[in-house]
Amino acid sequence: MDEERGNRGEPSDAAQWYELFSRGARDWLRHDEKVREAVRANLPEMIAGGDVINGGARTVRVPVRMLEHYHFRLRRPEEQQGAGQGKAKPGDVFSAPGREQGQGEKGPGGRDEGEVQLLLEFKIDDIVDWLWEAMKLPNLKARVGPSEETDWIREGWDRHGARSRLDRRRSFKELVKRRAAPGATQTFIDEDLRYRQLARRRQPALHAVVFFMLDVSGSMSDRDRKLAKTFFFWVVQGLRREYRSLETLFVAHTTEAWEFNEPDFFQVSGTGGTVASTGLAKVREIIDARYNPGRCNIYLFYASDGDNSVSDAADARSALSAIAADACFTGYVEVSSGLSRQLATETGKLFAELQAAGCAAGSYALNDFEDVWGAVRHFFTAEAQAPESQAPESP
Amino acid sequence: MSEGWQSYVRRIEELAARSGLEFHRVDFEAVPDSFMMEIAVYGLPVRMPHWSFGVRYIYQLIQRHMGHSRLFEVVFPGNPGHAYLAASNGLAENILVTAHVLGHADFARNNLLFRRCQEQVSEHIVEHAANHARQIQQAIETHGAQRVEAALDAALALEQHVDVDQPLRRERYPEFLVDPKALVEDQFRKRFAALEPLAGGSAIEVKKRAPLPPHPERDLLWFVANYAPEMESWERDIFLAVREESFYFYPVFATQIMNEGWASYWHARLLREADFIPQQAYLDAIKCHSDVVRPVAAETQVALNINPYHLGFAMWEKIVEKNGLPAARAIMQQDDDFSFVRNQLTRELADELGLFRYSARSDGQIKVLEHDLTALHEAVLAPKYNFGAPIVCASHVRNDGTLELTHDSTVDGRGLDLERSRKVLDYLQRVWRRPIVLTTVNQAGSALELTAP
Repeated sequence: MDEERGNRGEPSDAAQWYELFSRGARDWLRHDEKVREAVRANLPEMIAGGDVINGGARTVRVPVRMLEHYHFRLRRPEEQQGAGQGKAKPGDVFSAPGREQGQGEKGPGGRDEGEVQLLLEFKIDDIVDWLWEAMKLPNLKARVGPSEETDWIREGWDRHGARSRLDRRRSFKELVKRRAAPGATQTFIDEDLRYRQLARRRQPALHAVVFFMLDVSGSMSDRDRKLAKTFFFWVVQGLRREYRSLETLFVAHTTEAWEFNEPDFFQVSGTGGTVASTGLAKVREIIDARYNPGRCNIYLFYASDGDNSVSDAADARSALSAIAADACFTGYVEVSSGLSRQLATETGKLFAELQAAGCAAGSYALNDFEDVWGAVRHFFTAEAQAPESQAPESP
Repeated sequence: MSEGWQSYVRRIEELAARSGLEFHRVDFEAVPDSFMMEIAVYGLPVRMPHWSFGVRYIYQLIQRHMGHSRLFEVVFPGNPGHAYLAASNGLAENILVTAHVLGHADFARNNLLFRRCQEQVSEHIVEHAANHARQIQQAIETHGAQRVEAALDAALALEQHVDVDQPLRRERYPEFLVDPKALVEDQFRKRFAALEPLAGGSAIEVKKRAPLPPHPERDLLWFVANYAPEMESWERDIFLAVREESFYFYPVFATQIMNEGWASYWHARLLREADFIPQQAYLDAIKCHSDVVRPVAAETQVALNINPYHLGFAMWEKIVEKNGLPAARAIMQQDDDFSFVRNQLTRELADELGLFRYSARSDGQIKVLEHDLTALHEAVLAPKYNFGAPIVCASHVRNDGTLELTHDSTVDGRGLDLERSRKVLDYLQRVWRRPIVLTTVNQAGSALELTAP
């Protein structure tokens, strides 16, 4: 009997792999990968919700549930019977307990696995790439103009230079030329060597300024502002794909207009009526004061519930055409979490006129977070197809 | 593993044998806590990879961090048995666990359900499972992780749908119908058979193909592995590997109350009788014992579930006290949880333990129902019917290969969860590769068909 027990208790060699390898962790990683695939497949719906955007960070957090490996199960009955233990008399009534404590020794048996949520973190750059790929969004047409910015570009050759810029092909040509003469040395000499040179040259402008104009009048609810914020956020991400440098400017208006910085912008709420022309005039003022329209690409996105005061129509129209003349694109999103009027509003009409006049403009009615992607898709497609003409033939 | 504990193993074994326990040799091995946890998650020390185990692993990790569960041992029946002990166990815990493991070993060797399944699966499930894991690893290398995962998704989703009443290595159905008339051995047939066969071709036998399956088939893993129209052989192997492991898990599942109760009864009794254990270790061990078998309701007064260790332990104490050990051993050999609870959980004991039946409405209101012993038995056993799964049978394979599945809603009392069922059909469709139709009932009780794709 003793011989049979030879292996008992001895530290066997095989015992060591326990420490080195965790099957649980391996299968967990596979689960994680599957979740990421699933998230990627449903990305637009999952991140349209406003909560995923944390100010300024380059990642978004997406709450996901753990995947379930499905089995056949019975439908949840209206009344579930069970057996319990303790001091309870027939007829006693309790309200639902919190999670029951002490589920036994073996842990979850796959019956009721509680609700554990994971927070997955994704890089915004990755997400935007996936989205543009998935939504087949066109790349934007940037307006290129001369700019103050200069950059080093490769230009010409010299006999001296850094070793790393040695142009071997060119040097070899020199060698061949020189060897054609009788009595020349057969191997490379210093005079054969050619180095690429760099020069500072002006670069075409790839600079964009995006104006986000938000109507903060009394009729805009918190939810409307949040919708607008979510939309603006993804617009910035999309434009950032295209432009090396992107400036964002925030303008809010009621019957007056103010410029804000980003954190404050979305907190602002005002009271009173809506006079869109004040906001548009403010944008124009900023453009005139700080930017040269020929050198940078100007975008304007305007979010409002559309209730512009009727008396403002003429002013707003002229202010808008003044901006549209210099802008690459002007977009209008109508946020209304209540009833949707499908752009049949004062402001909606303004933008429709602008578009009819052949300007690069577009409008979209945004009623719910699910529509955010529709809106982004709409504007980026519209922008890419927009006519090249810059000045509208105003009536 | 502490040296001190080693010296007790032998003496506990001798004591157990003297007390009438019959068990195969058990190899004990102390392993790190992390490995213990994985054994609990996978159910076997080495098992096939699948992402669903990863999910359970995380839940287990969370539970452990919250201090909910602590694993002392996991034991695998066989000859020899394998017992894994947590390396963090103290001396007292190890003494207790040794006695507990011997109780399990006795149970696994003598209980008929265990014995029958072990005859099928052999007494080396640990090695078999490791072998399956290796095969599947090879399949991943040959056919790619994605295809293997698709097969495992389907096979593991059906892991409860086996028929343990059939042999593990089961023959395919006869291909042709046997004409019942041909079997009648009457006078005429005998004489006819004795005649010389006619020279012409009049001996044409009209054989009728048997319908597939000839009767509703519960063993979906076996059925798919054998009759899927376009399954590859390595996929069939995966299905059969999962099925074999299910054959091993079934008795563990279907005797949990008895088995844990039996082992708890014996560790308590052996500890009491072991005069060689130092006083302090004995006290610690008894404390540990009472933690294991305490009712869930100990602190909160009322609990909506029952600790199987506690229930089984209390029932065995009662049985031994009333009927004596030989009668208890006979029950241990012949019963499973269904007969055990129905026959042995008496009115008196149920009252003593404070067991009750309740109904929980979906709005969260819970009502304690009146005492009714039969209904209480069924409430305890309800989660255990049919391996804990709804009864879904393969009922027909159409000529175009469409698989018809039928859910037996009359026995189960209500229809299937449609969302989940659809997902299971999606898994299955990827290996069956022809359409699948599942019939169940909707909330109103009228028939409903789910199809994939």
